[in-house]
Amino acid sequence: MERIPILRMGRFLLVTIQVDMHDQLALTLQDDLTERIVADRAKGVLIDISSLDVVDSFIGRMISNIAGMSRVLDAQTVVVGMRPAVAITLVELGLNLAGVRTALNVEKGMALLQNSTVA
Amino acid sequence: MAAMTDLRVERKVELALATGEDVVRLRQAVRESALGVGMSLVDQTKIVTAASELGRNTIQYGGGGRVAITTVSDGIRRGVRLEFVDQGPGIADLKLAMQDGYTTGGGLGLGLSGAKRLSDDFEIESSPGKGTRVAIVRWKAR
Repeated sequence: MERIPILRMGRFLLVTIQVDMHDQLALTLQDDLTERIVADRAKGVLIDISSLDVVDSFIGRMISNIAGMSRVLDAQTVVVGMRPAVAITLVELGLNLAGVRTALNVEKGMALLQNSTVA
Repeated sequence: MAAMTDLRVERKVELALATGEDVVRLRQAVRESALGVGMSLVDQTKIVTAASELGRNTIQYGGGGRVAITTVSDGIRRGVRLEFVDQGPGIADLKLAMQDGYTTGGGLGLGLSGAKRLSDDFEIESSPGKGTRVAIVRWKAR
């Protein structure tokens, strides 16, 4: 089955979404990530969406769900790399990703995770 | 909105909508058409996102259907028109269905209302038992 790879970097999990995801692939990622947070005792999840040229309400909801689930599992989520055109469209669509932390790029996202989680 | 029937069609592509992969193909085809009329990146993103919302609706609520992607011109402007048709159960209360946050499928309830906000022209026709037809146009900004 097709899957989005999840990489481990120390206490954090890193996901780079590089394909135009169909809905089932997004749901599989959501399930895989929650399992990996527990299995790897991860303290943070960094999701890089810089390759995505569209984020619709389904993907937006998946991002919110991941942030919510990881919070319940004692991990922080940071979404990085959102393209400006995607941000404009997402807000006009009616989604503001309330409760989801964002950073401009992977480096800044990592710094945010380092600072907000205690070793 | 009456002007939508007076459009000149320059190019037309039709796709079946039945699975999640079809929505991915729809997004790619709409992107290509939006590029073809020379839309800005933001306008491309808006119509592709609207297409994604409406295509998912056709599958999830309409039980599948078809979409026609046309490059259109009204003599002054060029744009992309999308028409989604299904023979599903239809929508009993269109006014309610167009409200932000209203959903019968457990989603966010932003599909129809969000797609309307992302489009320049928006038309919807539906009657219970007969299916639903949604048409949108996004014009290239001049």
